[in-house]
Amino acid sequence: MSTSLSQRPPIVTHASLPMVPTMARLIDRVQETSNTFTCRLEFVDPEAAARFRFYPGQFNMVYLFGVGEAAISISSDPDDLSSIQHTIRHVGSVTFAVSRLEVGDVLGIRGPFGSNWPLEACRGRDVLLVAGGIGIAPLRPAIYQILKHREQYGRLILLYGVRSPKDMIYREEVEAWSKRRDFQVMCTVDYPDPQWIGPVGVVTSLMRRVRLDSARTSVLVCGPRVMNREAAHSFLSHHVPEEHIFVSLERNMRCGIGQCGHCQYGPKFVCKDGPVFSYDSVRTMFSKEEV
Amino acid sequence: MRRDGMFAVAKDQLDPLICELAHDGYTVIGPTIRDGAITYDEITSAAMLPRGWTQETDGGHYRLKRRTDDACFGFVVGPHSLKRYLFPSRLKLFSVTRDGQGGFSPDVEPPPAPKYAFVGVRSCDLAAVAVQDMVFNSEMPDPYYRQVREQMFVVAVNCAEPGGTCFCSSMDTGPRCSAGYDLAITELSTSFAMEVGSERGQAMLERVRHEEADANARHLVDLMMSTAAKHNMGRSLDTADLPEILMSNLEHRQWDQAGNRCLACANCTLVCPTCFCNNIYDRTDLSGDHADRYRNWGSCFALEFTYHTGGYIRSSRRARYRQWLTHKLASWHGQFGTSGCVGCGRCITWCPVGIDITVEATAIADDVRESLKRHGSGTKTEEADV
Ligand SMILES: Cc1cc2nc3c(=O)[nH]c(=O)nc-3n(C[C@H](O)[C@H](O)[C@H](O)COP(=O)(O)OP(=O)(O)OC[C@H]3O[C@@H](n4cnc5c(N)ncnc54)[C@H](O)[C@@H]3O)c2cc1C
Ligand code: SF4
Ligand code: SF4
Ligand code: FES
Repeated sequence: MSTSLSQRPPIVTHASLPMVPTMARLIDRVQETSNTFTCRLEFVDPEAAARFRFYPGQFNMVYLFGVGEAAISISSDPDDLSSIQHTIRHVGSVTFAVSRLEVGDVLGIRGPFGSNWPLEACRGRDVLLVAGGIGIAPLRPAIYQILKHREQYGRLILLYGVRSPKDMIYREEVEAWSKRRDFQVMCTVDYPDPQWIGPVGVVTSLMRRVRLDSARTSVLVCGPRVMNREAAHSFLSHHVPEEHIFVSLERNMRCGIGQCGHCQYGPKFVCKDGPVFSYDSVRTMFSKEEV
Repeated sequence: MRRDGMFAVAKDQLDPLICELAHDGYTVIGPTIRDGAITYDEITSAAMLPRGWTQETDGGHYRLKRRTDDACFGFVVGPHSLKRYLFPSRLKLFSVTRDGQGGFSPDVEPPPAPKYAFVGVRSCDLAAVAVQDMVFNSEMPDPYYRQVREQMFVVAVNCAEPGGTCFCSSMDTGPRCSAGYDLAITELSTSFAMEVGSERGQAMLERVRHEEADANARHLVDLMMSTAAKHNMGRSLDTADLPEILMSNLEHRQWDQAGNRCLACANCTLVCPTCFCNNIYDRTDLSGDHADRYRNWGSCFALEFTYHTGGYIRSSRRARYRQWLTHKLASWHGQFGTSGCVGCGRCITWCPVGIDITVEATAIADDVRESLKRHGSGTKTEEADV
């Protein structure tokens, strides 16, 4: 379903060495929430810039000098390669160090890695996107692409859940999307503030408000593990075909190229075979604990 | 390229062979005795081999023993395999220095990869190298691995006396070497029968005294090998349907049994010649201007192995043991189209509590096969992806 390995864009590293990052410069930085920011990066090496392409849903390994690497989804438009964007929530050493960078500073990139959202397979179908928290980051490139070729898809719906209104990422963009007549956007929060007039509850609770034409709907899901599981099961019970439910999974990743073993998920390497999986390809493991 | 020929080489030619290899610039690695076990080390003469020694192995048990003869290779594998040379337990991947303009420049001078000649390599370990090739010598090859791999020379040894925990014949990886060697030795009582596996092997053979082996010798080698395969394996494993059975029985009660005994010490993954998992970490020096990235052996038995924001994926030892066993015997097939276990028995021997991969897998498989027989083939276990 996803683009096969051989058709993926080339993996860009320093001197083509699989584990050595190439330099990228921070050219712009937007604080999204108290702990999340979006950074815009430009490759320092023009050759790397010329080679770098990606598909929606793919990720990079982002390297901070002497600190380490973290897997981060690419959150910008795949058609705009003048720069690339990463939206990062600081939770630990690498993400914190990136959050401290200033415009002009340099970090390292290896990528892009992994499978992508299968937008080809979604053509002619209704597309339902389910995002939890930072899970909207890898979905944003897919949204850009679908909006650009809007006539090729049926209905377009985004269900977006965050903890509280102030945790919403891409707030202005989400508002702009919700004003479009060809894009149905619904947001929910776990903890409302006094100004919040929208729905309250987990993102899966929004599904009751959507009338699905199950057989012709493709679902793209990215959020915390529990949300992914609940969303997938709920769509299954609504008879969305298994091969049209796509989930992006998160695992510990050290290499991105199937060599460190950390991201294994039964017979899959999440870094290579994923992170985007169709439900039918992981069905037997999906509901089991600790696989 | 494999020659059909078999040659008779006197045992005293082993020393000249080692010298010739050293002369060609190889660092010669062979079995030696250290800390009460047969381990790989650099050797400079045949006298350093554990001649006249063998071992006794069982679950959680390894003892060196004197042989009644003075065979050069009368033992099997110890805790080491070629893994420690091709995929070292600690390797610097690169160094990087700040360039003074906010950037950094990686120093990617390839680390000097030694030119190794391995003497005394067993069939299971050659199979293990082929398995690790699929990980490290693949689309994005590890440059160090690839270089060591390409320049290594192998003098293999066929196992006429498999050990107490060996089951290579079940895994179709031995006891006779079938590929991946330059020269292969079968030790007879008074001489070596030597087979050639490559042009380089042929050229090396020309540099020691040898003659065409007679039909008797060939026949004897065939007989020794088939006897070893059929009757002398310390362990066995029925691999038919095993991947499907294991992957569709992830909730089988037997996993609790092993999980309760497992210490999560990671010994099995360290001694396993195919386990490839590793950790990557970065270090800076005191000035903060210089950083190095290292790769160390890792293990799926470590709790932090699956840590990600939000918790550990495999927090119970049961789950970690299950990951290990299913990876070796089942999910490896899905990843690489081959088993991840070559039947060398090391994980059994070096497990401090003697957990035995063949026993654990067989307990589940027999139980499932039995219940399939009783309830007919329609019996639902769990669904499986292999
Ligand atoms: C495919 C993929 C795409 C991703 N995309 C994004 C994205 O777009 N944006 C984003 O923000 N994140 C993304 N992530 C998540 C991101 O990779 C992690 O948050 C990141 O690796 C954290 O790295 P760190 O060094 O900052 O945190 P770490 O230092 O690794 O720590 C993270 C947290 O875990 C704790 N911790 C670390 N190690 C241990 C341990 N052994 N035991 C207990 N606690 C520990 C730390 O204290 C901290 O709270 C993605 C992950 C994947 C796999
Ligand atoms: S799992 Fe055990 S028997 Fe199999 S290759 Fe690894 S160490 Fe050898
Ligand atoms: S996951 Fe475990 S069993 Fe598999 S290769 Fe890694 S350490 Fe070995
Ligand atoms: S991240 Fe290393 S194997 Fe997937």
